[in-house]
Amino acid sequence: MTRSSKIFKFVLKRLLQGIPIILAIVIINFFLLNLADGDAVDVLAGEAGSATPEYMAELRAKFGLDQPLPVQLMVYLKNVVMLDLGYSFRHDMPVSELIVDRFWPTALLMVSTIILAVGFGILLGLLAAMRLNTWKDAVITVFALITYATPLFWVGLMMIVVFSLNLGWFPTSGMENVAAFYEGWDRVKDIAVHLVLPTITLSLFYLALYTRMMRASMLEQYGQDYVITARAKGLTERRITFVHVLRNALLPVVTMAGVQVGALIGGSVIVESVFAWPGLGMLAFESLFARDLNLLLGIFLLSSALVIVVNLIVDIIYSLLDPRIEVS
Amino acid sequence: MKQKLLDIADLYIELPKGADRQYAIQKVNLELKQGETLCVVGESGSGKSLTARAIMGLLPQPHVRVSNGEIIFNSEDITKVSYERLRELRGSEISMIFQEPMTALNPVMSIGSQIDEIFRYHVDMSKADRQKRAVELLDDVNLPNPEQIMRAYPHELSGGQRQRAMIAMALALKPQILIADEPTTALDVTTQAQILKLIKDMQKVYNTGVLFITHDFGVVADIADRVMVMQHGIVVESGPVKQVLNNPKHPYTKALISAVPSLSPRKAKTISKEKVLEVQNVCKTFGGGRGLFGFGRPSRQVEALKDVTLDLYNGETLGVVGESGSGKSTLARCIIRLMDTDSGAITIEGTQINMLKRKAMRAWRNKIQMVFQDPFASLNPRIKVGDIIAQGPITQGINREEAIKRARELISIVGLDDKSFDRYPHEFSGGQRQRIGIARSLALKPEILIADEPVSALDVSIQSQILDLLDDIREQMKLSMIFITHDLRVAAQVCDRMAVMQYGEVVEIGKTKDIFAKPQHPYTIDLLSAVPGKDWKSSASKKLTKTKTKSKS
Amino acid sequence: MRDFWNRYKRNRSAVFGLVVIFLVILMAATADLLYAFDPFRLAGKPLSSPGTNGFLLGSDSLGRDVAAGIVHGAKTSLLIGLVATLVAVFIGILFGALAGYYGGQIDNILMRVTEVFQTIPSFIFAILLVAILKPSIYSVVIAISVVSWPGVARLVRGEFLSLKNREFVQACHTLGMSDLRIMLREILPNCLSPIIVIGSLMIATAILIESGLSFLGLGDPNIMSWGFQIGAGRTMLRSAWWVCTFPGVAILITVLAINLVGEGLNDALNPRLRERN
Repeated sequence: MTRSSKIFKFVLKRLLQGIPIILAIVIINFFLLNLADGDAVDVLAGEAGSATPEYMAELRAKFGLDQPLPVQLMVYLKNVVMLDLGYSFRHDMPVSELIVDRFWPTALLMVSTIILAVGFGILLGLLAAMRLNTWKDAVITVFALITYATPLFWVGLMMIVVFSLNLGWFPTSGMENVAAFYEGWDRVKDIAVHLVLPTITLSLFYLALYTRMMRASMLEQYGQDYVITARAKGLTERRITFVHVLRNALLPVVTMAGVQVGALIGGSVIVESVFAWPGLGMLAFESLFARDLNLLLGIFLLSSALVIVVNLIVDIIYSLLDPRIEVS
Repeated sequence: MKQKLLDIADLYIELPKGADRQYAIQKVNLELKQGETLCVVGESGSGKSLTARAIMGLLPQPHVRVSNGEIIFNSEDITKVSYERLRELRGSEISMIFQEPMTALNPVMSIGSQIDEIFRYHVDMSKADRQKRAVELLDDVNLPNPEQIMRAYPHELSGGQRQRAMIAMALALKPQILIADEPTTALDVTTQAQILKLIKDMQKVYNTGVLFITHDFGVVADIADRVMVMQHGIVVESGPVKQVLNNPKHPYTKALISAVPSLSPRKAKTISKEKVLEVQNVCKTFGGGRGLFGFGRPSRQVEALKDVTLDLYNGETLGVVGESGSGKSTLARCIIRLMDTDSGAITIEGTQINMLKRKAMRAWRNKIQMVFQDPFASLNPRIKVGDIIAQGPITQGINREEAIKRARELISIVGLDDKSFDRYPHEFSGGQRQRIGIARSLALKPEILIADEPVSALDVSIQSQILDLLDDIREQMKLSMIFITHDLRVAAQVCDRMAVMQYGEVVEIGKTKDIFAKPQHPYTIDLLSAVPGKDWKSSASKKLTKTKTKSKS
Repeated sequence: MRDFWNRYKRNRSAVFGLVVIFLVILMAATADLLYAFDPFRLAGKPLSSPGTNGFLLGSDSLGRDVAAGIVHGAKTSLLIGLVATLVAVFIGILFGALAGYYGGQIDNILMRVTEVFQTIPSFIFAILLVAILKPSIYSVVIAISVVSWPGVARLVRGEFLSLKNREFVQACHTLGMSDLRIMLREILPNCLSPIIVIGSLMIATAILIESGLSFLGLGDPNIMSWGFQIGAGRTMLRSAWWVCTFPGVAILITVLAINLVGEGLNDALNPRLRERN
């Protein structure tokens, strides 16, 4: 079997494995919904002010809420498959539409954060491992330790205090200056300026994490037998570091990056709410206070699906780096 | 006249502070000429590997360093040359192969690219030429389908194939010196014989000087021109191979050589007619399981045991001999019910124990016990030695005091100090741990003892002590023993009868003496002819003594 | 034990971390003596800057004493961190041990469940749980435990998987020992070191999650916590920087100290790893 077909089978297998996970999450979702006090009708009735019990019963029948739980679950599953995540009574819009609207700002924040955290993390870790026990190594280690211990929201607030309020370099909140009606490149530039602080805030923790991991991983790989072989072959240290050690050292970091995606999405709730970034995290924060459970669960479901997709991408990258992927 | 390639004079390697000794090696002198093979022999910790590393400039700097002496290679002192020069020499003039070819190769690079880099960093060749040359090299070391091997990754090759690829890599630029650091220790005997032959053949072609590091005197007898014996970092004896092997001067060399078991089988005991264990048509297959809920294709199946039939007679030692993957350890684990058999019968005293439920089996644990291979993995590091030994009887429902009394007795029987009782396993050496393991297995007063490669993880001098101990105990406690081993020398000295296994089948079974004198099956013939040093019959070579040894290992 | 302490002592930053944690514990234990009043109470002039009006670290917009909040908040952070971690470690050991020891279908099923919980973005899951269970100290502990056990389960499973094939465990089988005894007495003690290390680091993470939840207003409304203080002060960032800053520093120092101790434990419990570097 050729390598590319091996990788294809591997990816297909992982894709199939994702289906039961999604299913399980949907079921968890359904039970959480039922665990909450009151159902959609109660909320709706509360909104309307007064509603007769007859009217409420009628509404329940209409939404299928008078059915036994397993039936409701099947209906819920069917709806999810049809991408119908329910209705947000607060926003007076279907949840799926709301989520799609707010998806892109979050995706933008995610992508820039991952690039910054993984890219720089690998770079700094590499540097620290190569300059072992010099001051650069020490600085990187201390930096990693501190950011590792700092709560995300506090970093965000301190960033605002220093860079927005005192220095005035970056805006305090939002994704763009809506009042300015920028178009074309001006708008891109405006969004970029708004993106800086949230990205740095969200990526700092992961930057520290990947730096430390990369450093440890490099050091571990330097101790492996194949490095001695490479030296015995008369290769240069540069080749040993950048070709032999680097590729092996990347493997655990790539794995970790996949594992951390979920946490990253969680972190975006905080960062978006601190910087009023109009993405899914901000939406989740708002729905929390509005007790808009349908919306919250929809976001929850989507973010879980996102984790699975990103993990799949990570798996593909991993399988390209490591020839030892198991197909069996 | 043969040109002198390497001349090491008065070499000292210093260890970091806090190590168990100040110098890894002291006052080492050695010479190596073109086309010559020098074997450096020693047990673990003798400093033989560090000597080899020093020649390549590969000591783990900065903690371990050459503190005195010189290593002259073609009139250049390697300890003093610049890093650039050292790099030039490595791989092109002096190259090295290692014990464990799996870890010595980069797991994520293809064999082809790992060979290719040697050319890229030492000579100016076009890509096409480099490719062509690499394929030729793989062909030279007798690897089938060299083009395919070029694209393969290390994990896709067998151990022997990996070591061949390593050799191809090491000889790519026709180096003057090849350093081989226990290159066959991780391999099976038949593969070992092939690799040794390959090294010899390549040496003839290129007139290479080979520095061969080993702990195995059989290998020495097969390939060495000259021998150097090291102990605790000091060269205790050196000279031409015949002289050292047949007429050793230093007591340490004498001890080492006399510890090598002889290949001529010892006299077998008269075998009783009473069967204590019957194994009939036992089969065992691994793999073939499906994923969760039975989805997915079944995984690859391996037939570990195919229709194995053998009997164990009262008081005898039955050897089960084979290479890795032959199924010998699986057989041991099936007999002692660490694994379930797929079919067949294992019978003790008329009871078919392989069909017993776990609970019912518990009562039979008294009858049959096991000694394990790895003395470092076979004892729980968190439990005191006394408790480890007493655990068995306590589990079997004997009261604690009685069990502890028995444990103390056993500690003395296996030749350990009474104080050992309250110590933890990490305070003991490998040989002592193996004694503890034997004591544990005897605590239940078994009738049958299965010994699964009980000495293969030990240095040769300790091996013989443990074998002596097992022999004593067998006599004393009237045990019947199944002795699993890959080492025909050990088998010759321990077993009354032996069964030869290959690919899960018993291909030959009979009296040890008969099999050694007249092997019937082609595989047995191969196996016997692959034993290193089979032509070397030293008068000093070991026959098991009948004297009771209580020396502490 | 002495051996362990000697090894631990060699890592100076770990000793420093231990001292800091000790001080934080001391602060939490004496909270009712240092500030013998409800930290939610109006204690003086609102928005006093640090050092004025008798406020060591200033006061917030409702005149609550920031320093008193920090001292009382220490109790909350440590308690929640510890309890949530203990619960999570317990669940993790249970899942991991059973999956690793028995393997096969049991392993398959348990690990699928673990995988589901690992896939769910943990912080969002925690938010959801607290929102649905209504914010209280119990729901916060439950939420943090529920999202943090999968890591322990994977670790313990891995350890069990490798230890169960060790010869000393096989020897126990040949002696006829029961599964439960083998798991508890033979295998578990041998994987305590990594569990202790991951547990200590989990306390730090739990404190961070707790502060994040209470920052978003999902903490127990009757209990003072650092996250709540920061959340309450964020609207006055421009005028009263101290309200947000000092509780944040408290979190930073506490979490840092716990991480340092965790690393110290790691070095002391796995001496071989240390030597390799």
